[in-house]
Order: sequence, then C-alpha cells, then structure tokens
Amino acid sequence: MMSVAAVFSADLLVAQNIGFAVVALLMIVAALRVVTTKNVVHAALWLVTVLAGAAAQYVLLAAEFVAVTQVLVYIGAVMVLFLFGTMLTRARIGAERDLNNPYWRLGIPVAGLLFAAMAIALVSSFGDEQLPSDARVVPIADISDQIFGPYLLPFWALSFVLLAAIIGAIVLARKD
Amino acid sequence: MIGLSSLAGELLAVEVPYWGQSLLRVLGGTVAVLLPAGTIVYVFLFKMMSFMQSRLGPMEAGPYGSLQLVAEVGKWLQKEDIIPERADSRIFKMAPIVVLVSTFLLVAVVPFGPDAWFTNFEAGLFYALAVSSLSVLGILMAGWASANKYSLLGGLRAAGQLIAYELPMVLAVIGVIIQAETMNLQQIVVAQNAGSIFGFDGLGNPYIITQFVGFLVFMIAIQAELTQAPFDMPIAESELVSGYMTEYSGFRFLIFFIGEFATAGVFSLIASVLFLGGWGVPFAWFGWTDIDSVANWMNIAGPVIMITKMMLVAFIIMWVRFSYPRFREDQLQKFAWKVLIPVSLANIAVTSIFKVVM
Repeated sequence: MMSVAAVFSADLLVAQNIGFAVVALLMIVAALRVVTTKNVVHAALWLVTVLAGAAAQYVLLAAEFVAVTQVLVYIGAVMVLFLFGTMLTRARIGAERDLNNPYWRLGIPVAGLLFAAMAIALVSSFGDEQLPSDARVVPIADISDQIFGPYLLPFWALSFVLLAAIIGAIVLARKD
Repeated sequence: MIGLSSLAGELLAVEVPYWGQSLLRVLGGTVAVLLPAGTIVYVFLFKMMSFMQSRLGPMEAGPYGSLQLVAEVGKWLQKEDIIPERADSRIFKMAPIVVLVSTFLLVAVVPFGPDAWFTNFEAGLFYALAVSSLSVLGILMAGWASANKYSLLGGLRAAGQLIAYELPMVLAVIGVIIQAETMNLQQIVVAQNAGSIFGFDGLGNPYIITQFVGFLVFMIAIQAELTQAPFDMPIAESELVSGYMTEYSGFRFLIFFIGEFATAGVFSLIASVLFLGGWGVPFAWFGWTDIDSVANWMNIAGPVIMITKMMLVAFIIMWVRFSYPRFREDQLQKFAWKVLIPVSLANIAVTSIFKVVM
C-alpha cells in the first residue's frame, strides 16, 4: 500500500490536479448545501455553484466546447427557468419547514446504486488509461463531424424526443 | 500569434513572466470594460440626450461637464449602504457582483488587434453568448432578495424578457458563423477583412452587407438584452419604481449602473466584431493576405478602430433608446417569438443555401 506522502508527491501534484481538488471540494460542499439548506432559492443557487463547478472541471479536461455548453444550457437556461418558476410561485425569504420529502431516505440507496453503476462503468471501460499530459482542445469542427456523421441517427432521435416534449408542453399548457 | 501580454513584453523589450501576463490581462480587461462604459455614459447619456431635449446637460464639473462622471461616482460612494431589514442580505449583496462579473467575463474573448487579445478561444462566440446569459441570474437574485413586490416583479419581467430575446440573438449570430466557418472571433475578423465582394476587395467583406437581416435582429435583441428603452419593461419607472434595482442605493446601485453601460459597450464591441469588420482594415489596402502578414502597428491602430466602431454601434443603441416609447409586456413577448425568431430562422436557411450553392 502506498503511503500518503507518496501519493502527494511527484507527478500527482500538478496544477490540474490541485485545480481539480479545489473545484471538486467546492462542488461537494455546494451539493450538500443544496439538500440541507432551508430555503428553495438558496438551494437553487447552490445548485448553480455545483453546475458551474462541473463546467470548470470540463475546462480542466480541455473540453472547452462542453464547458461552454454546460454554462449556456444548465446555468443560463435551466437554472434561470428553475428560479423563475420558484420565484413566481412560492419562494419566501427565510427558512421554511416542510421542504423535505418524507421519503428522502429512499434517495440514499438510489444514489449509492447510481454511484456504483457509474464507477463500475468508468473503471471497466477506461481502467488504467491516462489522459495525455499535453491534452489539446478538440476543434469544434471535429465534434460537429462526429455528431453529423456516425452519430447522426441518435441526434435525429433526440431531436424528435425534444420536439415531442415541446408539443406535449404546449398541449398541457393550453386551456382552449 | 502571441497575445496581448507578450505584445507588451515586445514593446517594453522585457520577458513578462506568467503572473505578469495574467496581471496585464486583468488590467487590460478592466480598462476594456470601464473605459467604454464611462464614455457611453458621458457622451450619450449626459450630452446627446440633453441636446436631443434642447438642454445643455451637465456643464459645471470640468470643461463642458466632462468631470461630471467623477463627481457622480464620488456622490454614490458617499451614500449610506442600505439593506432592507427583511431582505436576504447575503444574496442581496451578491446580486450586483454577479451582473458585473458576467460583463467582465464577456470582454475576455473580444479581439482588439492581431496580437492584442486576452484569450484566443476557439469557441469564442459561443462562450460570449453563454456568459452573457449569466447576468439574468444576478437580476433574478436582486429581484428576489430585495423582499419587495416591485423588485420581484421587475426581476421576473427581466428574466422573461432576457430569455425571450436570447434566442433571436443566438440565431442571428449563426448566419455569421456559417459565413465565416468559425466561432473564433479573431478568425471572424480576418474572414471579413480578407474577403471580397464579387472580386472587389477594397472594402473587404463586412458581414453587415451580406448578413444585414442578422445584424438587424442582433441589434434589436441586444437592445432588449440590455433592457434599454423601448425594452425597459423590467425597470419601468412609472409602474415599478425601478424594478429589481428599487432597493439598491449607494455603491451597490453604482455597480448595477456601471454593469448596464459596460454591457452596452461590450455588446457594441461584439457587434462590431461580428458585423463591421472588428479591429481590421480591408487587408487588400496594404497587401496583407492572412493574420500573420498583418503589420505590427495594427496592434495600436486596432483598439482605436474598435473603440470608434463601438461608439458607432452604441450611438445607434442610445439613439433608439431616446426615441421610442416603451413596449407593452405582451407586445414585447409577441415581437420576440412571432417576428424575430422566424426572421432569424429564415436568415439561417437562406445563408446556408447560399453557402452550399456559391
């Protein structure tokens, strides 16, 4: 077994890893605050922190396009709509009491299961593979070549799902 | 290409270390945000609006009132920092900063010359659009945390408006991306200045000509994104006092105020990069072919050209602001969803057909 000192020496202590650790720590704290805070809007804002942290991790992995998409979609659109909705309906200032779902304990095994599934999937498919230390940013043209080439069919399928969701939302919201 | 900081190193004939480069970038970004904001406020808000209303505007502080801005900042800094008793004080304090940070992040991708840039981001334009949407968060936070009905209504109106007009803004820009074949703002500038119109290269190919519809939609959309009249529903003073800014005073209001005009300046910069040829002059004038052959003095001339074009675009924004009455809420939403979005979609379709055929 490796000693702690060995782990923290040599090539592990590079700028990217330190950055990763700092951002990851911030994300964990923020994620805990999302579920422990007593105010809906505070929870949403902590969630913004978590999502921004994910964007920062993508940047550290030299995946700038994914990072920007994360900011545009999750922070700029999803979270804004989220806040918009809660503020329009029920957001009070100060602590609220009945925020927790009575079945919140059920979430723990589900979260554990998800974590296990993702960990197994990641370890079995990548194992000991390492990122190249001089990872270059993937040109956007390559990403679009992938989406509109080999992944065209899933891309179309996804757009159909989204279209159906939009039409469904309109049908649900219309009164006449 | 070496970038702003090594440019400075070249001029001063010293090797700038990494921390020095970062410091220079931060300083340059601050200047690039605050200088346009101050200029816009003095030239347009103080002077042009006064002349349009047949009055002189500020005349006392400095020659022609040119130091009025300094006096105003001094006044705001002295004011008491009031936070409403039942407000959520932490979020109340954070909100203006979120708005200002989104402006500072925005300027990071704007190129000012062949080597005078802060970051040469490949997805630069995409990044700019993403980061500009962050200011909505700050506005919503301000509206909610003030614990004031007017503020909340103003914040919600602002959010609804910004969401609705972000879409035409993004769609209007896609025409430019298709034509320039890149999202990098630097390369968009080069594509415009190295281009030619039917073989005539004396003008380059500024996209305001081929993408005029896109330019129009983009200008309307940024007018709404900046919540300038006629799109100033969120701060409609006759019904909402001052919208999400109602409870802010002193330097916190100052931050919102600077944020508003700094964002106007940065969006004008981005509009001039996308549609007016950015920092460049038509490359054919001096026989340049690509970015590497551009002469070094463009690093000095580029920022001047950029500021000139920025003032031109900002002039249009302010002219419209002082000329038109406010939209009603439903008109505003209808205009975005039923006019601007279909028009910009049609623009994308036409542009892509031309791109494939030509």
